[in-house]
Amino acid sequence: MNSETKHSRLEPELMPRRDVLGMASLWAAGSAFMFALFGIARLPKAAVLASPSKKFRVTLPETLPASGAFVPPGRNVSISRDSEGVHAVSLVCTHLGCIVNTSSDGFECPCHGSRFDRNGAVTRGPAPQPLPWLKVTGSGNEVVVDEGATVPSGTKV
Amino acid sequence: MNALQEFCENLWAAPRRILDTALRSGAPKTDRTRSTFVFGNVFLHLHAVRTHRWSLRWTTTLGLGIASAAATLIAVVSGVLLMFYYKPYPEAAYQSIKDIHFVVPTGRFIRNIHRWSANVMVVTVIAHMARAFYTASYRKPREFNWLIGMGLLVTTLGLSFTGYLLPWDQLAYWAITIGANIAQSPREVTDALGATDYFDPGGLQKLLLLGSDTVGAEALIRFYLFHVMLLPMVLAALMSVHFWRIRKDGGLSRPADADERLGPSKDVYPVFTDTPAKTYQLAAIVRGRTPAVGKGPENTVPSMPHLFYAELAVTMLTLFVCLALAIAFDAPLKELANPNIPENPAKAPWYFLGLQELVAFTAFMGGIGIPAIVLIGLGLIPYLDREKAGSGEWFGGPGGWPLVQRSLAIGLASALIVESLVIRYGWIREWFPSTPQLVVTLINPGTLLTAIYAAYSLWLVQRYQSSRAGALGLFTCFLCGFVVLTVIGTYFRGPNWVFYWSPSDWPKH
Repeated sequence: MNSETKHSRLEPELMPRRDVLGMASLWAAGSAFMFALFGIARLPKAAVLASPSKKFRVTLPETLPASGAFVPPGRNVSISRDSEGVHAVSLVCTHLGCIVNTSSDGFECPCHGSRFDRNGAVTRGPAPQPLPWLKVTGSGNEVVVDEGATVPSGTKV
Repeated sequence: MNALQEFCENLWAAPRRILDTALRSGAPKTDRTRSTFVFGNVFLHLHAVRTHRWSLRWTTTLGLGIASAAATLIAVVSGVLLMFYYKPYPEAAYQSIKDIHFVVPTGRFIRNIHRWSANVMVVTVIAHMARAFYTASYRKPREFNWLIGMGLLVTTLGLSFTGYLLPWDQLAYWAITIGANIAQSPREVTDALGATDYFDPGGLQKLLLLGSDTVGAEALIRFYLFHVMLLPMVLAALMSVHFWRIRKDGGLSRPADADERLGPSKDVYPVFTDTPAKTYQLAAIVRGRTPAVGKGPENTVPSMPHLFYAELAVTMLTLFVCLALAIAFDAPLKELANPNIPENPAKAPWYFLGLQELVAFTAFMGGIGIPAIVLIGLGLIPYLDREKAGSGEWFGGPGGWPLVQRSLAIGLASALIVESLVIRYGWIREWFPSTPQLVVTLINPGTLLTAIYAAYSLWLVQRYQSSRAGALGLFTCFLCGFVVLTVIGTYFRGPNWVFYWSPSDWPKH
């Protein structure tokens, strides 16, 4: 057999027969590490989100004008009342999450200049979505707004 | 001599012997001990034992790489000092920064140094990248080190961004809100395709970044973890490889005729008196051009002291710049973060304002799409430009400096024209308010500018029959675009991101 003389320690045979077991254990170790990686990757994604309650109760002021909006202190929600009922529009810009300001004809975002009309529809700027309408329950001046639940635009109670 | 006498002599000699054993081979006074001084030291041996004279000319590198490494070192030292007092919890964080500023001895100075060294780091990293590009130092065999360098650029920007949240002031809070929503912006596309319910990479990215759905205590501790642990570890690993590869890739790039251009020098003499037939046993298994077989390392000088003293000088200069800036300008601290009232305008640090200008057109393309295209384009440069002419030369390659000048003009002009048209006349949504979002995402001033630059670069490849010419044009154009967008974002954007010639024109609150 001259095949043995062809190979040296620097240029060994491609896969000697005896290395199969070695390769198998290498693969086993590799897959064990991959499995560990799943566990590592799973940890940072929280199962329970530590955020304050999104539902809040609010008493609307008696003198809320027909077309005016009421922003409860500490909440990023604009509540309006007209003859058809009460509705709440989120003030969190759909572009990059800044809080929009109310203006004479709707809302405008201080960060990147998106503008919205009174119903939250985008009129200019980079915002990809209209401002969502939030779920309102209750009646009269005592209402509960849920910032975590959206309703189709135009829903008033 | 009795034992007591010997004991006293040993005691007397102990300090000298400790020094001797630390250096292993004595003081670096001869060529041999200068070599062992480098390769016998775990930190110094990232350098080659001998350095080519071309590498030591100050116009070769302008010292930018060492300056960015020095700024990193300064940022690490000052950052570790700040960790003595900083508390990563909302409100407590803000109060602890105030303590550092007003109460802690030298705290204000150290915080200023930390901030300015971070800024110096960003500037020098970008300038170092430009130097490596314009001297064509990314070419074979240095392609992979260019990629490592890009990793270092991204890590540097990541460190800056994560450090930005930590003071928990208004600036920090709203910059991170915007950043986290940029991470979420793939939703812009998945929403338009109606796929968000099944496939939501954007939402997942934001959730992983913030650990919650709003910026709060979870987000702060995560950013703190990234800032003080994960990213510095990545940075240290990449830096080690980056330095090591310089040595393994044969030192800094230099022109083919560097030796003739340098001329003779009294510092240089043949290292081997006889040409060695066999240099190292390792040559049997190391492929390629290192170690050199059959010839000595000609036209080189010992790294100790020539290279190390040069590095020390650049380090001192960097330190001086950081300290001077820290004495002259305080790091800003705004009011305590208020989740109900954004800053108006809410501006990121200056090096992200070009990006902010882009995201003001569309969140996804501006914040993720175009940066990804730019990074992929930059990373591919060494693998697309396989030419040889002009390596190691400033603006080497076909056309050279005139081509770069022309690209500067075209890059600046097209960015300024596109921006001024948008500022004057608006964009698609202002003309046709019912345009679908996908159209706004794909066709906007940012993508238009990217397309102009790409087309110009391809035209250069055709015109000069050279991919190096295309690369020179593209890189120059992107630098121009970065500068124009950054300047507009920094100086000409006011409340509601409206264009103003001067902050004195801003409406009064």
